[in-house]
Amino acid sequence: MSMNTQGRPTAAGDAGSAFRPKTFTGNRALDMEEPLLFEIGRLDVTGVDLDEPEAFEAELGAHARKSGIGLPGLSEPETMRHYVRLSRNNYAIDAGLYPLGSCTMKHNPRLNEKMARVPGFGDIHPLQPLSTVKGAVELISELGDWLMELTGTSAVAMSPKAGAHGEQCGMMAIKAAHIAAGRDPKIVLVPESAHGTNPATAALLGFKVVTIDAKEDGTVDLASVKKAIADNAGNIAAIMLTNPNTCGLFERDIMEIAAAIHEANAYFYCDGANFNAIVGKARPGDLGIDAMHINLHKTFSTPHGGGGPGSGPVVLSDRLAPFAPLPFVRKSASGLEMVETEAGLKDGEKPFGRMTAFHGQMGMFVRALAYMLSHGSDGLRQASEDAVLNANYVRVGLQDLMTLPFGVRPCMHEVLFDDSFLKDTGVTTLDFAKAMIDEGYHPMTMYFPLVVHGAMLIEPTESESRAALDLFVATLRDLVMSAKRGETERFTGAPYLAPRRRLDETRAARAPILTYQDPVPAMVTPAAAE
Amino acid sequence: MRYLPLSDTDRADMLARVGVSSIDELFADIPEAARLKGLVNLPTRKSEIEVERHLNRMAGKNVAAGSVPFFVGAGAYRHHVPATVDHLIQRSEFLTSYTPYQPEITQGTLQYLFEFQTQVARLTGMEVANASMYDGSTGTGEAVLMAHRVTRRNKAVISGGLHPQYRAVVEGLSNLSGDKVVSLPADPMGTEDILAAIDGETSCVVVQSPSFYGQIIDLKPIAEKAQAHGALLIAVFTEVVSLGLIESPGAQGADIVVGEGQSIGNGLTFGGPYVGLFATKQKYMRQMPGRLCGETVDAEGKRGFVLTLSTREQHIRREKATSNICTNSGLCALAFTIHMTLLGEAGLTRLARINHANAVKLKKQLSAIAGVEVLNKAYFNEFTVRLPKPAHDVVEALAARGIIAGLPVSRLEPGKADLANLLVVASTEINTDEDRAAFAAALKEVLA
Repeated sequence: MSMNTQGRPTAAGDAGSAFRPKTFTGNRALDMEEPLLFEIGRLDVTGVDLDEPEAFEAELGAHARKSGIGLPGLSEPETMRHYVRLSRNNYAIDAGLYPLGSCTMKHNPRLNEKMARVPGFGDIHPLQPLSTVKGAVELISELGDWLMELTGTSAVAMSPKAGAHGEQCGMMAIKAAHIAAGRDPKIVLVPESAHGTNPATAALLGFKVVTIDAKEDGTVDLASVKKAIADNAGNIAAIMLTNPNTCGLFERDIMEIAAAIHEANAYFYCDGANFNAIVGKARPGDLGIDAMHINLHKTFSTPHGGGGPGSGPVVLSDRLAPFAPLPFVRKSASGLEMVETEAGLKDGEKPFGRMTAFHGQMGMFVRALAYMLSHGSDGLRQASEDAVLNANYVRVGLQDLMTLPFGVRPCMHEVLFDDSFLKDTGVTTLDFAKAMIDEGYHPMTMYFPLVVHGAMLIEPTESESRAALDLFVATLRDLVMSAKRGETERFTGAPYLAPRRRLDETRAARAPILTYQDPVPAMVTPAAAE
Repeated sequence: MRYLPLSDTDRADMLARVGVSSIDELFADIPEAARLKGLVNLPTRKSEIEVERHLNRMAGKNVAAGSVPFFVGAGAYRHHVPATVDHLIQRSEFLTSYTPYQPEITQGTLQYLFEFQTQVARLTGMEVANASMYDGSTGTGEAVLMAHRVTRRNKAVISGGLHPQYRAVVEGLSNLSGDKVVSLPADPMGTEDILAAIDGETSCVVVQSPSFYGQIIDLKPIAEKAQAHGALLIAVFTEVVSLGLIESPGAQGADIVVGEGQSIGNGLTFGGPYVGLFATKQKYMRQMPGRLCGETVDAEGKRGFVLTLSTREQHIRREKATSNICTNSGLCALAFTIHMTLLGEAGLTRLARINHANAVKLKKQLSAIAGVEVLNKAYFNEFTVRLPKPAHDVVEALAARGIIAGLPVSRLEPGKADLANLLVVASTEINTDEDRAAFAAALKEVLA
């Protein structure tokens, strides 16, 4: 029963006191310390009731495990409490604005979660007879149709498991296309504002990366692209370009860049990380791209899950379509057909290989399609428009106090500031971001893109209300003024109020501890005894 | 639209504040020729009821594994996942959080990743593990690239017992990046002479145990020969539950251990998302791909966790990174860790014994049928049978009788006459005696 408050004062008695108890547990009310599983679990405890099998003769040959494993277990209530307590140390979109530029932390609808768990999707095996998974093949095909229609392209590779995996898939298709044409170009052009995955992917496939400069206005310099093409005539494989770019700007010269690249017998790879800004407003295929991955976990709301799983289908132009990897769905008069091996190929189909076992991130496909169906063509366009409007609303709310590196101009779905407004305050971009944590916000993306000093990239997404944006803007304004007033302590020691203060990353990297080691009792050594 | 908080009034006020007269002014940088004038040619918005109806209609065309006697494995296994697991991973704080770049407010994610890494290292018998890969197949591809970095060689030798789609992933990447692959022929009996393929140019030997055909392979001599030639042994598994009962690859001398973790905590979901497990020796730690979580302290000396050794990674090193990976499989790793925590060593080893016992029972029943030959002497929860006719036809005939019998090898290895009659079958704790009896009876009927 609840406390009977009759006759007992419940008003804040001594509310003015600054006294804060140093608690015995180290906990601070709802903010609780939680040990590691290995400190609370026991080897003989299990939270799963299973009956020991009846006596039988094992057929493991000489390979039976001889030693213990060292995996402690917890009962079900202990497990629940352990992970619930851990969860409470995490920031999440469901709890607050998460303005990580380029990462697109938008609302994750729970209808998507529900549908992914329907047994007809969640409990089907990738290799059960194809005659028993016709609905799964239909779903993959329908999602592919939506992606092709939204991007104005004619083929799609569904299997890549994440954005960078999609990049790899697109670049492998490009390499295969060059090889098929008897060419072996070595160079990939990458703007300096690109995501790190772009040059890493190019290098993985043995390409040499040539960096393209940005113009004063933050977009790719068409003249630099043309010069790089001329300097490396006949040796350009592709350009990898993000559009809208990582400065939150649309590349105005994109069609000219595409034309120049195509004229050089090269391909245009578009990093689709920021596709969410232009869905329903423009189609990348109409802009001249040959391949683009789509992060279903960004544009189409599948949850980020603390760092994955993602999903990165790649749309392809006519020229690259024949090289799409296995498996793929073929449409014919007799219906849909899942093609899984080279033996099933028809004329003109020249897959470069396979990106992964099975069919890709089916669980994410269901979620993304649920999101698309919910929005429809009208809702998807509205979402892009709201995302861009929200970013510009934040921009105009802050541009008089924070500094825009490329001058006052509209942005797309994210707004980029640099750190010149912090000059001479003694506060760095990092300090500023950490102070946001004390205010209940996840920091924006920091120090990226690399083209801007002390970059702060803010992407509010379409999921934020006007009131939420107003409070966010007001908070940042207060922080800026505080920094300018010289209240450096608020920043340099921040965060003060989070579950942890700043963590020592140098120490973590110098002598890495990547696994838990059971404590060993200290032994007196002969040397110590002397 | 139910997911969009802005009202039309909000939009009008905000446009005015931004100083534009229409939303399209904010899209003015898009070349005129490419601007869409109307809506794309797709259906318009749907209510929750309509979306459910639309998707349920598709789901209804699939046969859920749990609705029939079900014996397919071959890289993905149907196990029972406790209800607690799915509840916990759907907590907002786990589900809707990003990669833990701000450790002060993501200790939840970081601590479970540290627990995950420790569980994976202990299971595989290795010193260090990373915070997960996309899945077992891509993890295998990354392991080969890592071995090339460590040995500064570029020739991988691949066992004929490796899952054919894993092999295809390695071959596809190697072909396009200029590395060499020597793939041994399919090895249903587990008797290939892989030692003969190892020489002074070999970077790594990739061996799966239990193999695609269910054979348990003795890794020790392979590790010894590989290491004597300066090469690494990459040990692969697709059924992580087997590690509860079989000697760990680490104890047998493997240099890199990589595998699929789906069996623990994660449903079948038609092949993904799954969770790749990746472990190695301490001395190769800095050549590992993917995210790593490490222990440290905060400014007040309290223990905490951070992503570490990021100087290996693409966002710092760009074209010199060890891998292009950005995303891992965080939430699937969480499901793995919670399920493994619930099991503990006592539960995992018992689960493994039940799986093995069920496979032993199934083997007895199937080998009693005239014309059916089981190829395996040593196996865990999966084995290969040779049928008197093409396995594909048998599986289709059994599916028509409501039994999903296993994987005909010809589906992944088409056009190879010696493999056409082979069927790979798995039996986990999910299967009952009735399931196995129904399978055996129907198979007898189909073969008669």
